[in-house]
Amino acid sequence: MSGFVRVAWLVVRKDLRVESRNKEMLLTTLFFAVSCVLVFSFGFVRGGQAVEGAAAGILWIAIAFSGTLALGRAFERERYHDALRGLLLAPVDRPAIYVGKLIGILLLLAVVEAVVVVMVAFLFQAPLFQHGWWLLALLSLGTLGFASVGTLFSAMLVRTRSRAVLLPVLLYPVTIPVLIMGVSGTAALLQPEPDLALARLWVSLLCSFDMVFLTLALWTFEPVMTE
Amino acid sequence: MPLPDSAEFEQVTVSDVSRVYGRRRALAHVSLTCSAGQIIGVLGPNGAGKSTLLGLLSTLTEPSRGQVRYGDRTAREAGAALRAQVGFLSHDLQLYPELSARENLEFFAGLYGLDRPAERVVEALSSAGLADRADDVVEGFSRGMRQRLALERALLHSPRLVLFDEPFTGLDEAACEALVTRLRALRAARRIIVLATHDLDAVDGLLDRAVLLRKGRLSELESQGSLRERYRAALTAGARGRLVEAPDTAKGRFPAGAGEAR
Repeated sequence: MSGFVRVAWLVVRKDLRVESRNKEMLLTTLFFAVSCVLVFSFGFVRGGQAVEGAAAGILWIAIAFSGTLALGRAFERERYHDALRGLLLAPVDRPAIYVGKLIGILLLLAVVEAVVVVMVAFLFQAPLFQHGWWLLALLSLGTLGFASVGTLFSAMLVRTRSRAVLLPVLLYPVTIPVLIMGVSGTAALLQPEPDLALARLWVSLLCSFDMVFLTLALWTFEPVMTE
Repeated sequence: MPLPDSAEFEQVTVSDVSRVYGRRRALAHVSLTCSAGQIIGVLGPNGAGKSTLLGLLSTLTEPSRGQVRYGDRTAREAGAALRAQVGFLSHDLQLYPELSARENLEFFAGLYGLDRPAERVVEALSSAGLADRADDVVEGFSRGMRQRLALERALLHSPRLVLFDEPFTGLDEAACEALVTRLRALRAARRIIVLATHDLDAVDGLLDRAVLLRKGRLSELESQGSLRERYRAALTAGARGRLVEAPDTAKGRFPAGAGEAR
């Protein structure tokens, strides 16, 4: 295993181990996402019929809001007891630490999304599983784009006092295109006549955005973490 | 992780280093040479810049001005390999409280790519006196136990430069003595040791050199008398606007060749 992959794996394994013990991030993120979908379902479902086109937006709002909550806590474990300093002092490629943290967040959000997708499909009678692979592609790429920027910002803000306020202020303007692409692609799948060509276009655009975001994040992580 | 020979160094030289945070100057024109086989004590009141100096030495903080050289190279020139030669026990213990003692050490052993990590971890647990609590989560440990574990974490990779920020915090008398013994062993092994502390009694008789940081400026302590007396004298002198500037440390109980400070 190469040094980069080994370090990323060590960070992921450590985060999963800690999460398996306190379930702090999983429970808060999941609870928030489920509450979000439930509240919207009371507003947008009348007489057992959902408002047309609402499901896609609500799915992505739940992901974005709960994702922000998770990202806000991504580096909290490192902040407590200054473990971040221990990580940064290790003779490793620092971007590998970033990748490890990012994978941990993606795994967490994957669990949340699995629950949220089922809830949205059930409460809004949305045929989300009709084109399951396309939905999977949109969710995976959208989440990757959102989380790649969010993990970098979370690391940048770890030493700032008002990080809880600053994270969404910084994150949303940058990731709004990703969220719009996710919503538009999902909406295309949920039309009475699913528009797969349009969904494909949004998937391609998400791929491009992800590549740019990931490259920039990997490039800037090291200088961002140096005092 | 195998290191290039160039990562080995006998001396760390801080040359005219200043560090500014916004409009606040944490360090001003600090020069200091730390040599192998020495224990250098950095003393000073709260907010004097001790932690900033240790941060600079650890490579985690970059100077706003001046440079820190490890042997003949700066941190930027030496790259990641240099960090394998630095061990840092900070006031915050850099441990994950949800992980067990063993898991914490295994995680850092993995990051450092150590050979025989399992053996090294067992040895470290034994040195920390935590062999019987190895699989307990750190959250349940007392401050002293955490401190001992953090010390072993900082020394796990046998670093050349060892930095301590308030290492005696939370330790009982026996643990303090054990730490002093450990520090002497590190000195005998020709490590470069820099420790910042307020605990003057614990380090009196241990230090090869003592320097005072006050308002970001560094000065050498006089070499006569107890450490507490010298510290008070230096503080008083500083308060009267005449900090002791003693580049020559060849007198008194501080050995010759110990380097200079200004």
